[in-house]
Amino acid sequence: MSEAMHTTSAVSAAHGEHHDEHHGHHKETFITKYIFSQDHKTIAKQFLITGIVWAFIGGLFSVLFRLQLGYPDTKFPILETLFGHWAAGGQITPEFYYALVTMHGTVLVFFVLTAGLSGTFANLLIPLQIGARDMASPFLNMLSYWFFFGASIVMLSSLFIQTGPAAGGWTIYPPLSALGEASIGSKAGMDMWLIGMALFIVSSLLGGLNYISTILNMRTKGMSMTRLPLPIWAMFFTAVLGVLSFPVLLSGAILLLFDRNLGTSFFLSDIVVNGQVLPNEGGSAILFQHLFWFLGHPEVYIILLPAMGMVSEILSVNSRKPIFGYMAMLGSMFAICILAFLVWAHHMFVTGLNPFLGSVFVLLTLLIAVPSAIKVFNWLTTLWRGNIRFTPAALFSIGFVSLFISGGLTGIFLGNSTIDIHLHDTMFVVAHFHIVMGVASFFGMFAGVYHWYPKMFGRYLNNTLGYIHFWVTMIGAYLIFWPMHYEGLAGMPRRYLDKRGWVSFSQFGDLDKMITVVTVIVFAVQLLFIFNFFYSIFKGRKVTTQNPWGANTLEWTTPIRPGHGNWAGEIPEVHRWPYDYAKDGRDFIPQTEPVGANESAH
Amino acid sequence: MQSFFVIAILVLGFVVMFQIAKASEYVGILRGEEKSRKQSNRVNAFLLLVFLILGLIGVYYCNEQLKDKILGPSASDHGILVDRMLYITLALTGVVFFATQIALFWFSFKYQESDKRKAFYYPHNNKLELIWTVIPAITLTILVGFGIFYWFKITGDAPKNAMVVEVTGKQFGWEFRYPGNDGVLGKKYYKNIDAAKNNPVGQIWDDEANKDDIFVEQEMHVVVNKPVKLVIGAKDVIHDVGLAHFRMKMDAVPGTPTTMWFTPLYTTKQMQDKYGKDFAYEISCDQMCGKGHWSMRGVIVVDTQEEFDAWIAGKKPQYYVAFPDKDPSAPKADSLAKPAPVVASLTTDK
Ligand code: HEM
Ligand SMILES: [Cu+2]
Ligand SMILES: [Cu+2]
Repeated sequence: MSEAMHTTSAVSAAHGEHHDEHHGHHKETFITKYIFSQDHKTIAKQFLITGIVWAFIGGLFSVLFRLQLGYPDTKFPILETLFGHWAAGGQITPEFYYALVTMHGTVLVFFVLTAGLSGTFANLLIPLQIGARDMASPFLNMLSYWFFFGASIVMLSSLFIQTGPAAGGWTIYPPLSALGEASIGSKAGMDMWLIGMALFIVSSLLGGLNYISTILNMRTKGMSMTRLPLPIWAMFFTAVLGVLSFPVLLSGAILLLFDRNLGTSFFLSDIVVNGQVLPNEGGSAILFQHLFWFLGHPEVYIILLPAMGMVSEILSVNSRKPIFGYMAMLGSMFAICILAFLVWAHHMFVTGLNPFLGSVFVLLTLLIAVPSAIKVFNWLTTLWRGNIRFTPAALFSIGFVSLFISGGLTGIFLGNSTIDIHLHDTMFVVAHFHIVMGVASFFGMFAGVYHWYPKMFGRYLNNTLGYIHFWVTMIGAYLIFWPMHYEGLAGMPRRYLDKRGWVSFSQFGDLDKMITVVTVIVFAVQLLFIFNFFYSIFKGRKVTTQNPWGANTLEWTTPIRPGHGNWAGEIPEVHRWPYDYAKDGRDFIPQTEPVGANESAH
Repeated sequence: MQSFFVIAILVLGFVVMFQIAKASEYVGILRGEEKSRKQSNRVNAFLLLVFLILGLIGVYYCNEQLKDKILGPSASDHGILVDRMLYITLALTGVVFFATQIALFWFSFKYQESDKRKAFYYPHNNKLELIWTVIPAITLTILVGFGIFYWFKITGDAPKNAMVVEVTGKQFGWEFRYPGNDGVLGKKYYKNIDAAKNNPVGQIWDDEANKDDIFVEQEMHVVVNKPVKLVIGAKDVIHDVGLAHFRMKMDAVPGTPTTMWFTPLYTTKQMQDKYGKDFAYEISCDQMCGKGHWSMRGVIVVDTQEEFDAWIAGKKPQYYVAFPDKDPSAPKADSLAKPAPVVASLTTDK
């Protein structure tokens, strides 16, 4: 962490010359500049680097539990050395397995793909692409990071307490998560999970409100809403989703804390645990699931939309062609944003939900596939008759589209309640959401990092490592998750750590071994990326031109290493939409260029 | 030892890759950045095409390898509907999958950067966009139509002649209760649950309907071709009755009973003849329920009516297990020994 801070300092220090141009800024100390910084670019890097640390942890967890899944009968003495009684005899105990799975999900969904992704790119791109010197409230923005940091500390500490972290799945359904007697992971670790998430939600709300008000109020002259680059629209919808749905999870978390510690019965009723009769009556365990999924489903789009926005931008820049159907892209994001709030109960088809209600949710859920399909067709048409440059960012974007297709289509299976009866809570669901949300959003994030790294650090990432990173990850992702659908079709439940005792699910042993081996390789390649990331901050090839990708958007009109305030002089004025590529025979026309007298209208 | 070996190989691979990467960066600079960029562009475009072809072969190969490992035909009437819906969806989405993936990688390859081509300025086309909004909408309407139609069939009321079984999930096992001759499950209250008093599901003994209810654990018997309705609950945390062969699933929620019904089509023996003698209709817990979740297994035995009758005839109502001296079939020899406690427990169990 602190090493990373130094990094930023080394990079920006080289550009001390911009200091005098800063607006209304007093002398900055190391602390105000790199730790409690209010510069959106520094905060973006803080989110990114914290996200990388978390991604490493979350990814490592998956390697550990994949070892158990692939080799349930093998002993790994090194595990006992490292984890003591949690891996007694070199084998992962069930308690440890469930703690790993739960923290893997929590960390990757919230700490990496929400905070690490939105936090990084909303912060970096919003002011730079709309033409603002900083966020509407740089101070709240800073607080947003530090609340996230606090949440990270709480969540991280829960890994080290004696009874271990939360272990009831990232969805933490009560009563399991409410009763310490029911599971060791529901003791102190669960309280820390809830407190950590409460801090996280505060962070996300502070950030989200800031993003919304910045986009609405601080656009430069000429930057009408329909001239905004698509990443900005995506961040806008993401922030709206977050602001409207995270408070609901917060309420669920607080009620759960009450049930756990104050003897209330919001979610508890008629329970006998370990032969001990509990007094709680009248609560509803299902109520929690409604509260959870009212956030939980929008959350999957909170994760995906920023990736969609960045992919749209990167595909357009690298195929040297306008994004196809800008307004349709906007419209579909808007539709997704609305529908995202109306489909949550598709996670609850088999909870005893009223079948009629279920059928309404089937309809709404499958509706959401329409805007998703529109986006895919628009990306394909953007590539069609382009002149495509395969930068690592462009490759990751193409990979994103491929994964989004594969995972989106399996969503159509699950959204149909009839099929979901069979597939719910099987490995099919795991395959679905890893492809469409996990890996696809990671691809969007990688694309963003490769594309905007020059803007962040004034250097390039190593290309060859980027290509290796892309190809191994792409092939690996499909090898891991594609065959997993078959396990689900066989009805194999998720969160089963050893299937050898089952007649119906024990036929996939070799497959599980293969998946584990590929997981280890893919994980190793991510380490390569992390290495590339930190190495290139110091040693990467230097950026020598202001606009290395030949892109139209405003961030490429700032100095190569912009100071706090982004533009040295006036903020440029905007005269056109951001996607004039290949227009009138010109490779690209930046947004700052006035519309020529005899230029064709688009 | 082995793990060190793996780690050593990884580290080595790491170093080698890094050296290659650095070298290629220098080579690029020496040969001219533009030139090496164009070369890597061609390589990557080619690789995308290779990925498409190998990927399609992979999809086929994967299916060949695994299609026999997913469960055979559904063993329940509802499951047939589920499978049919699955295959309709598979067919429609399959077409979309191949069309879009092929377009994606083919366009990427075909329109790779070339000095000879200029990109085509093509910002929108309303007609095209309308077409690909309407077609998915229609397709999805078809899927929703079928889906909801089957869904209501499956979740509709159970037939009157359905046999009723109560299923209770607990950490980590399954308990079943049969209504007995009267066909009615007696009332229960969770505070009555007491294993020591032989009252595992909390039956209220005052309720006459409880006197003939039969309790069994782990293994449940049902009758082939006879609808069975499960009344599902849980004692401690949420579990889920997952019946992969019947394609059925329903959560077991403490405090909120749920139901599901289906008609088994093949007896366990028939299935064993087909799939080997190890075959069993397993009940898997499909909802994360604690450290034993992965091993929470139950078994359903599908009998013929005669087999079932014979099996159930051998069971004693739980009432008599809890109060052996009320049991008419038990020897009355020591009936004087402890009448008092029985009365006491009856009143406190209210
Ligand atoms: C075509 C659009 C989609 C449809 C119709 C769809 C449908 C569904 C359904 C019905 C489930 C619940 C399955 C079950 O638990 O039985 C599900 C699970 C899930 N989906 Fe999707 N989905 C779609 C797209 C997405 C996208 C775009 C994302 C992420 C960005 C996503 C992420 C998830 C996640 C994370 C879960 C699993 C949650 C859990 O139980 O842990 N889905 N999807
Ligand atoms: Cu959802
Ligand atoms: Cu269970």
